[in-house]
Amino acid sequence: METQTIKNTDKATKTTEYISGSEAIVRCLIEEGVKILYGYPGGAIMPVYDELYKYQDKIHHVLTRHEQGATHSAQGYARISGEVGVAMATSGPGATNLITGIADAQIDSTPMVCITGQVFSHLLGSDAFQETDIVGISTPVTKWNCQVTKAEDIPEAIAKAFYIARSGRPGPVLIDITKDAQIEKFDFSYEKCTKVRSYVPIPKTVEGSLEAAAKLINEAKKPLVVWGQGVILGKAEEAFKAVIEKAGIPAAWTILGASAIPTKHPLNVGMVGMHGNYAPNVLTNECDVLIAIGMRFDDRVTGKLDEYATQAKVIHFEIDPAEVNKNVKADVAVLGDAKATLEAVLPLINSNSHSEWHQKFKDLYAIEYEKVIKDDLHPTKEGLTMGEVLKEINIQSKGNAAIVSDVGQHQMIACRYAEFNKTKSNITSGGLGTMGFGLPAAIGAKMAAPEREVVSISGDGGYQMTIQELGTIFQQKAAVKVVVLNNDFLGMVRQWQQLFFEKRYASTEMINPNFVAIAEGYYIKARKVTKREDLAEAVKEMMESKEAYFLEVCVEKEGNVFPMIPTGASVSDVRLE
Amino acid sequence: MSTEKQLFTISVYTENNIGLLNRISAIFQRRHINIESLNISPSEIEGVAKFTIVVNMIEENVKKIIGQIEKQVEVIKAYYHDLDEIIYQISGLFKIKSELLFEERQIQNIIKESNARIVTVNKEFFVLEKSGKKEEIIELYNELSPFGIMQYTRSGLIAISKDEMKISTLLETYNN
Repeated sequence: METQTIKNTDKATKTTEYISGSEAIVRCLIEEGVKILYGYPGGAIMPVYDELYKYQDKIHHVLTRHEQGATHSAQGYARISGEVGVAMATSGPGATNLITGIADAQIDSTPMVCITGQVFSHLLGSDAFQETDIVGISTPVTKWNCQVTKAEDIPEAIAKAFYIARSGRPGPVLIDITKDAQIEKFDFSYEKCTKVRSYVPIPKTVEGSLEAAAKLINEAKKPLVVWGQGVILGKAEEAFKAVIEKAGIPAAWTILGASAIPTKHPLNVGMVGMHGNYAPNVLTNECDVLIAIGMRFDDRVTGKLDEYATQAKVIHFEIDPAEVNKNVKADVAVLGDAKATLEAVLPLINSNSHSEWHQKFKDLYAIEYEKVIKDDLHPTKEGLTMGEVLKEINIQSKGNAAIVSDVGQHQMIACRYAEFNKTKSNITSGGLGTMGFGLPAAIGAKMAAPEREVVSISGDGGYQMTIQELGTIFQQKAAVKVVVLNNDFLGMVRQWQQLFFEKRYASTEMINPNFVAIAEGYYIKARKVTKREDLAEAVKEMMESKEAYFLEVCVEKEGNVFPMIPTGASVSDVRLE
Repeated sequence: MSTEKQLFTISVYTENNIGLLNRISAIFQRRHINIESLNISPSEIEGVAKFTIVVNMIEENVKKIIGQIEKQVEVIKAYYHDLDEIIYQISGLFKIKSELLFEERQIQNIIKESNARIVTVNKEFFVLEKSGKKEEIIELYNELSPFGIMQYTRSGLIAISKDEMKISTLLETYNN
């Protein structure tokens, strides 16, 4: 392997300016439309921070309290805006602290560009102070990464980074820039990247696949759509809605697909997967045609693969060819951009209603309502449930809030019960299941969409993994509503211990601090609710607050999330209790 | 499609960039797949590198691996072949004491019959080179071994497909 080539932009004749690499970095970010970036300074990135000081009228740097917070905030920003989120850190520990957020963005296809400072190039590989091989470390969790050791390579590297991060199936990109490259001066000009040889962001739709898909859909008696985040990432919400409405197909969502169509849409039959709704899980193994759109058949969705929809013909609308046949064999693969392929298939499909088939979903929903939902949302026993907190938030927000959840029981409850009217409203860590994601992601989401109500919902465990970001909320005056559903347990692990480890609660009970005092220590208005009669009023107070607000709700200690598909079981073996 | 494990040769055409070896090898490492042999060299196209990777896997999983490899931004195209679909060579080098060349007549016969080539000879040692199939090189090793081999090494497999791999045409479409 020889030297790095980043010659992918078409160089036009442009006027150049003689500036430093670090100024070039900031100028490149501005050229890419970056208005906010999240980061944490340190020795190897200081020249860039010095330039940010100069350009602070154009680009707002958010000092998070930990680099992990910077990546999650950038993710939250990206997920609600559909734009690339940007995070910056110094070399060594600064760079390695980004890794969790990068891995999370990779598995959830979130467009993100991370810029890390690196030691001087002559020190590379010498175990210099704060030197890590961040390119090597981040390789398996980035869509693309590279190291820049010369100032003149910076513009092309950054242009390429943004293009790759946002195109095709989006993902995180990391650029590591040595300190000498930041200091060195060169003739700067910038050209956006529109193409990278060897990279095909959107695969060609195979000829005949749309017709084959339409034929299967038209002949189906019991079709089921399972859609994922690809619908949202591909801006295909309208086309998607048009297709399911014309064909009258019940549609269920994966956790990251939530909010692409309104929760109350009549064809929306709920969530699939481990803690998904009863009807779509059971009927996955009864449908005759399964239409997967922008989803990747994650094991949390499919359960036991050998018994997943084996009776069904499978149509897979997908942008990433590597996902086709990876877990579930597709009878028809419709490769391409979700919006384009769904628009193209629309005229080929017949109008239908499938009313008998819909009734099956309604019947199973009635069972789930009686056994699970009623007690979650309208409990009669003493302890507060997580579900009733969500119900109050729905009432107050009228379904217009963006819900940013952390990872655990509360996340499943939030995703099951939050009502969404608008797309890009469910921001959560899906594939990686990163505890600590919620609070910093909510900061990014609020800053990207200040006009929207952003409610962060965490458990007491995940909240304490990034609790320091309350400092960022305070400093940025980010009017995030922070809800902690406190059961003094790592609830999801405890639930598994109860069900599968004979109630041996090994290291899952948490002795928690005074959360209200901590929030107030950060000058954030705070309140704690322990009784049902105080809940509605407290949620109302929180939602009406113009500033950030912290609400702790003490919920029942040993509440469980049902329905549940135990690991290794079939989707149709979903348990209701 | 066979569900038996067999040797497959994976040819990957890539941009010639730092870090790509790490990216591609990580795909195998992550899935706990042992790489039997790996060779990277320039290809027939300027600036395009070619990886030749030999793995022992079932075909269905090779297909999935190809998908993951092609997903990498700097990979132009990846193919897989079974051994019947390629023309391939492996090279072995043997370092042997020079005195044996003169004292053991049988060694001269072995060299002649195996079509091995003497690369260099000096007072202390001589070096034999043998290219061919892996079995041929192992056979030569077994024949020479009783006399004492000072050093032995074998290259990765390099291969050329019998079918055309239209990389230049593909690159033209990328460039347009």
